[in-house]
Amino acid sequence: MITISEILEEISNSSAEEVVSSCLERIGPNNFNTFITIAKESALKTARENEGHTGPLAGVPIAIKDNISTKGIQTTCASRILGGYIPPYDAHVIERLKEAGAVIVGKVNMDEFAMGTSTETSHYGPTLNPWNTKTVPGGSSGGSAATVAAGEVPLALGSDTGGSVRCPASFCGVVGLKPTYGVISRYGLISYANSLEQIGPIASNVADMTLLFNVIAGHDPRDSTSVPGEKEYTKALVDDVKGLTIGVPKEYFGEGIDQAVEKSVWDGVHRLEDLGASWQEVEMPHTKYALAAYYVIAMSEASSNLARFDGMRYGLRLEKDHDWHTTYSAIRAQGFGEEVKRRILLGTYALSAGYMDKYYLKALKVRTLIKQDFERALKSTDVLIAPTMPTPAFKLGEKISDPLTLYMADVNTVPVNLSGVPSVSLPCGFSNGLPIGLQIMGKHFDEETIIRTAYTFEQNTDFHTKAPEVA
Amino acid sequence: MITTKDVEHIGWLARLKMEEEQLEGYTDQLNSVLDYFGQLDEVDTKEVEPTYHVLEMNNVFRDDEVTDCLSQDEAIGNAPKTQDGYFKAPRII
Repeated sequence: MITISEILEEISNSSAEEVVSSCLERIGPNNFNTFITIAKESALKTARENEGHTGPLAGVPIAIKDNISTKGIQTTCASRILGGYIPPYDAHVIERLKEAGAVIVGKVNMDEFAMGTSTETSHYGPTLNPWNTKTVPGGSSGGSAATVAAGEVPLALGSDTGGSVRCPASFCGVVGLKPTYGVISRYGLISYANSLEQIGPIASNVADMTLLFNVIAGHDPRDSTSVPGEKEYTKALVDDVKGLTIGVPKEYFGEGIDQAVEKSVWDGVHRLEDLGASWQEVEMPHTKYALAAYYVIAMSEASSNLARFDGMRYGLRLEKDHDWHTTYSAIRAQGFGEEVKRRILLGTYALSAGYMDKYYLKALKVRTLIKQDFERALKSTDVLIAPTMPTPAFKLGEKISDPLTLYMADVNTVPVNLSGVPSVSLPCGFSNGLPIGLQIMGKHFDEETIIRTAYTFEQNTDFHTKAPEVA
Repeated sequence: MITTKDVEHIGWLARLKMEEEQLEGYTDQLNSVLDYFGQLDEVDTKEVEPTYHVLEMNNVFRDDEVTDCLSQDEAIGNAPKTQDGYFKAPRII
């Protein structure tokens, strides 16, 4: 894997253009199907123009998940329905990256419309996990995590609606953050479930992830849920957890958890204890209802958000028009993949007359109880630690045929989105050569404490120094 | 339990044309997911308010100022069918 400091050193020894050019050579063969679009010309042009740029990411190549709008670069959400769509504007995070001097080398693969846990629902085929190409990279930001793990780029952006940054970070052995809801503007992020999702940074180590986070976080009036205020998150990169209290929710070590995962995460808690933190078990009794509540809410919001895709203003349009209902229905049936249709159907049902109270309103009430679980658990503790995923990466094709089985894999990531708290995943072990992720969750707007905990863990372990062997 | 007829109706509401041969598969899958959602009934929520939004924000105002926006050409630049600078939609009436 590559770090920002290695890239900056290379640039000082040669030039941003040469560094970006060699990055494009690494990406070119697309060995793990990480990229949907490679923006070769614009990347080289930006690198030339950024010579001498003094921003914190001057000349640093970055890959962007394909649901984040990039002006002039195709943005597909890995869906047929948006094939050929060229956004006429940049997302807020892209504007921030450009100001910081970063070079966008391309758009990376994902589950279609970010609906999935394995990057297998992409219209452009699955991304492969660089640690073992027979396994999935996780999802939905699978391309983002896999390209960092493969050493193709040092940085990537993903988005996290129910674990979509943390799951692939866990499966690919990299670091990924889901910030507090509202900390990063969603302007230009193509919505799937807008009350749950945040854009999140992915890197090979905690310091790089934090630097990227620092660049993209901040208020934007174009997103009404964006919170005012700016912070200097890199100040939290301190190797010290003395006096920190860790909560360990036993519900996150439930049925179906892999033994190696359980052991690695507990080893992690004990390592932090050796370094001066203390830990206690905490109870989060509504955790087992989080999956059902999450999927009801996410699918309901999806059915509404995806209503805009009708082929009129962008995307797929069929040759012949009929009456409006037949025309839209045919375009949408051909443009969306199976999982997207399933979620639109379920969301439409959950919001339909007679069922709204039973499903949607009920799920929103359970969401309140889950949020209260977090508030209670974090009253007596500073952070919560748990496995990011109950298992290491599973095999390609293993779960895709049974939607419900695949949904179950998100059991430890969705509560965080329902409650809006921040959470980081970082590597804490290996099982049969596959990485294991440790999840550190914190209080609303207290990214600093989870970053400090993650940084201390990383400084005192060597998991982040391991990388897959890639040809 | 929902039936293939229900799924066809939901497809109509969602503007998704359902092929006859897909209906049974979707019906089974939707029933198994809805059955799983049923576990929410176990939770006592009589005294609980719904959470639509995790942060207690409301009434986010901005100044009413004219700012730059996309030009007409940029706005219709991705449209597959246009006419005289407008999006061209199928006949509604």
